[in-house]
Amino acid sequence: MLVGTRKGAFVLSSDGTRKDWKVNGPFFNGWEIFHVAGSPADPNRLWASQSTSWFGQQVQRSDNGGASWQPVGNEFGYVGDPGDHLWYDGTPKPWKFTRVWHFEPSLTDPDTVWAGVEDAALFRSGDGGASWQEMPALREVRGHEWMPGAGGLGLHTLVLDRADPQRMFAAISAAGVFRTDDGGASWRAINKGLRSGHLPDQDAEIGHCVHRITMHPERPSTLYMQKHWDVMRTDDAGENWYEVSGDLPTDFGFAVQVHAHEPETVYVVPITSDEFHVPLDGKLRVYRSRSGGGEWEPLTNGLPQRDCYVDVLRDAMAVDSLESCGVYFGTTGGQVYASADAGDTWQPIVRDLPPVLSVEVQTLP
Amino acid sequence: MTKDAIGTEATGYDDVPGLVTVRVALPGHLRALANLPGELLVEASAPVTIGSVLDAVERECPALRGTIRDHGAGARRPYVRLFACEEDLSFDGWDAPVPAPVAEGREPLLVVGSISGG
Repeated sequence: MLVGTRKGAFVLSSDGTRKDWKVNGPFFNGWEIFHVAGSPADPNRLWASQSTSWFGQQVQRSDNGGASWQPVGNEFGYVGDPGDHLWYDGTPKPWKFTRVWHFEPSLTDPDTVWAGVEDAALFRSGDGGASWQEMPALREVRGHEWMPGAGGLGLHTLVLDRADPQRMFAAISAAGVFRTDDGGASWRAINKGLRSGHLPDQDAEIGHCVHRITMHPERPSTLYMQKHWDVMRTDDAGENWYEVSGDLPTDFGFAVQVHAHEPETVYVVPITSDEFHVPLDGKLRVYRSRSGGGEWEPLTNGLPQRDCYVDVLRDAMAVDSLESCGVYFGTTGGQVYASADAGDTWQPIVRDLPPVLSVEVQTLP
Repeated sequence: MTKDAIGTEATGYDDVPGLVTVRVALPGHLRALANLPGELLVEASAPVTIGSVLDAVERECPALRGTIRDHGAGARRPYVRLFACEEDLSFDGWDAPVPAPVAEGREPLLVVGSISGG
C-alpha cells in the first residue's frame, strides 16, 4: 500500500491474509506527498509527487518498489501563454503551476505517466519522468472560465479505459469532468445531469465541483462520481449522469471506489457537509451499495462509532484485486484502515501517521 | 562537492585560474533532496554574483533546479531567502555581487526557508 501524507510517504506491506502489516517510511520526511502511484505495467516502478510551498514540486521515481528513489524531471511548463482562469471572486487570475495532485501511470508502458496538476492541466511523460509535456487541448474547453474550489484548481483524477486507449476521463475541481476519445488531442465537457447548488445555472456545462470519479475496468461506460454534494453515475461514458445517492445519510464526501470484481458494488465515505468536513454524528462509516447505488448499507465493524472527527480525502481510498476484495482508506487523523472482506470488517493498520492524502494498493504476485 | 563541516576539506577549485570556490549552506530539505551531507562547495567565475552562485548550485545538483528559483522566469521562490554576512541579499537581484567574504570562500551564502508557524 502506497500512502501519501502531509509529512512524507509510507509503504505498508502484508501477505495475502492482510492481517499483519509492516510500515516502511517515512520517505521524503517533512514534504507533502500528494500522491504515490505504481505502474500497472511494472509494479516496481513507483511515482511520488513531493512538494512544499517553500521549495516547489519534485517528482520522485522508484524502480525497485520503493526501496530507493531518485528525483526526476520537475519542470511543468504550460504550452504557450495559458492566460487567465477565474479566481474565487470572479476576477481573472493568471494560470500558474503549483503542484502535481495525481499521477496516473500508463496501463502498458512503465515509462509513460500522466500528471494532473494545479492550476488544472494534464501533463504526460513518455521518458520515465525526465520531461513533461502539457496536453493543452484540455484547457481549451473554456479553461478561462474555470474557477477553483477551496482546495485549489486541481486536476485530481484521470481514469484510463483499458478497452480503448484513446479514451480518458479527467476530473477537475471545480470545473467538472472532461473526456477525450483521441488520446488527448481534443476534449469535451461531460457534465450533463449534474446539479450544483453553488452555480446559478443548473445546466451549466462547466463549473461543477467533482470530487472524484472511478470506473470498474470491465465496464468502461459506467463511472461513479462523488460530487461535492451527490453521488452520481453514468452508464454511457459520461454523456448523461444521474444521481444514486439514494438513502445515504448525507451525500457530501470525497472518496468513491468500486469493488475489484463486482462492478455494481460501490463504496463511499459520507462526510457531514461542506461546512463540516467530519463524519456525521462522530461515526466513521463506509457505505456500500451492491446495486450500483441507490441503496446503501453502513459498514461499521471495526471503525470508530463515537467521537470520530476525521476526514477521508478524494485519493485516500483504494481496493486490491485479491479474491476477497480488500478495501483501504486513510484519514486526516493519520489512521489507515483495511478490510480484507470487502468492507464487512475493518482493522486499523496504523493509527498515527501524518494526515493521509492518498492511498493506492498494489496486489503483487 | 560537499564537505561535512566548514573548513575541513580542501576543494582544489582555487587552483584553477579565474575560478573561485564558494560555500553554500542549504536548508535541510534541500540537502536531503540533493543527498548532501553538509555545505555545498561550488566553483564560480569572478566576479561572483548571486545568480552565478545559484547557476553553479543547479549545475552541481540538478535536483535543486526549480527549488530556489522557479523554472521558466527564474524568479526567487517566495518563501526562500538568501542571506550572507548578516545581510539579506534576497532582493539584490541575480547580477548583484556577493559580499567579498563569500566570494573569497570565508563565509557561506545561506539559502533559508522562511519561518512558518507561530
